[in-house]
Amino acid sequence: MNAVIAVDVVGLGKTYDGFTAIRDISFSVQKGEIFGLLGPNGAGKSTTLRILITTLRPTTGRATIFGHDVIREATTVRRQIGYVPQERAIDRFLTGREHLELLGALYHLPKSVLKQRISELLKLVELDQHADRVAKTYSGGMKRKLDIACGLLPNPSVLFLDEPTLGLDVQSRLTIWEYVKRLRDQGMTIVMTTNYLDEADQLCDRLAIIDHGQIRIIGSPQELKAGLGGDGLTVTLEHPTPEMLERLEHEIRSLSCVRSVHARSQGVHVRIDAPEKALVAIMEAASRIGGRIASVEYHRPRLDDVFMAYTGHPLEQPDPVSSGSSSL
Amino acid sequence: MREYLQEILALTMRWVRRLSREKFSMLFTLVQPMLFWLIFFGNLFQRAADTQVVQAPNYMSFLTAGVVVMTVLNNGLAGGVDLLFDKENGFLERLMATPIHRTSIIVSRFLFVMGITALQILVILGVASFFEVRPATGIPGVAVILGIGMLFGIGLTAISMAMAFSVRSHGDFFSVLGFLSLPMIFLSSALVPLAAMPTWMKTLALFNPMTWVIDAVRPLILSGWDAAIPSVLAALGLLLVFDALCLYGGARAFQRAVG
Repeated sequence: MNAVIAVDVVGLGKTYDGFTAIRDISFSVQKGEIFGLLGPNGAGKSTTLRILITTLRPTTGRATIFGHDVIREATTVRRQIGYVPQERAIDRFLTGREHLELLGALYHLPKSVLKQRISELLKLVELDQHADRVAKTYSGGMKRKLDIACGLLPNPSVLFLDEPTLGLDVQSRLTIWEYVKRLRDQGMTIVMTTNYLDEADQLCDRLAIIDHGQIRIIGSPQELKAGLGGDGLTVTLEHPTPEMLERLEHEIRSLSCVRSVHARSQGVHVRIDAPEKALVAIMEAASRIGGRIASVEYHRPRLDDVFMAYTGHPLEQPDPVSSGSSSL
Repeated sequence: MREYLQEILALTMRWVRRLSREKFSMLFTLVQPMLFWLIFFGNLFQRAADTQVVQAPNYMSFLTAGVVVMTVLNNGLAGGVDLLFDKENGFLERLMATPIHRTSIIVSRFLFVMGITALQILVILGVASFFEVRPATGIPGVAVILGIGMLFGIGLTAISMAMAFSVRSHGDFFSVLGFLSLPMIFLSSALVPLAAMPTWMKTLALFNPMTWVIDAVRPLILSGWDAAIPSVLAALGLLLVFDALCLYGGARAFQRAVG
């Protein structure tokens, strides 16, 4: 059985005043999957998303939603998509219900359908008790839920979420992950951006790692982690000098059971094949160079290792709680 | 067409609803121009202003036309502010991702700003009548004043929206607004007739569309149709050109901003 392609992106590029925001972005999303764009701020995730929701014109390449071109058939595309922006795009002076009624008029939903749909959505996002209060009295999590209800109002075939849990507390994040999974299980296609590794790992069926405007790798979290091969070992030395680290890295690199070595500030990160052999060999190497081991940490491959391997740098994680409170 | 009207209606109602939620702001919006300019300024200069110079029975009757057009100016120039906030907090992008006709947002804003302005003009003329200032041309004259006011307001609102779509931040927007608004008032015939101005100011005031609009509204209030018709026709001609330029500029800025 052939999978239906919901979103198809080919060679997308966008240049603003000589600055290249994204370059040669290509991927496709199957109907009914959660597809994530993972990368740091400024990597080009939101630019890609804005092109897909038809509010930004690409400089090169093309994108289609269920076969409809986002430029030439923009209105058709707009009828099929829902969008949840990164900012809390809420009118502080309108109530939750009024937001949905406004959008209902803009999508020309029949009155009877609209009324029922609004009460269903308010119940889904647990805002039915607060529907008739103005949005400025809402907490950050409630505003986010209203945002999501707004995105779902047209009953879209594809829902676009820009950083759906940025700045939310742990409880709200888990709730929103639940919604997203439930929507996927009902057959909705979801394309989201995130710069949280745990979100990408737990929520996305497949993801693209994007950095400096380019896609580095695409796959399911499991494939990506398995693709790295081998387990991770982080060795930290007590008061290492730069020369010691360099020698240690050199010693370890020559071992047969080691796949790769990266220097860290206080030690080395090693990717190994056979832990039982490698561990002893690495300890020996450390003592050969006269280093004293402070700690050894062993772990199965994680998504941050994948990110590191394909971009050459770790992903800086914004703190979920502290960055959110300021925007309220 | 029915869908287009539905969009415009829903978006216009949003502006109305916002205003009604800010009761204090609404009160000040409506009351401020007449309280500040007409009542305070008008009475303050009632005796300082020479009726020979202003060519009117008293200063307040002279000033009424100026206050009417100042209200149009301030409302028009501030007309784009809410779109700027929509742009900054992402609401505009949310609207642009819906299958609406691209211009419904703009049209709704014009309707709202013009509606509020018309209401204010009526209140100003009402307050002025308490001070024995009544338009010499009667109800038809009031209709012409509203028409001229709307035509001027459309161009100003277009400038304001063009700015809203082009500036980088609302700080920039308010600096330009503050820089524009007072000179536009002082370099016009709002407070003092052209004949009483120093030559260099008079020359500048002649290039200010506000002067032309005020000079069309003033005889409608003070003199009567015979005196008013030539300046009304001159103002209409000028406003058509003014609006065409402003709308063109506004459309360009909108296209650049939202594709």
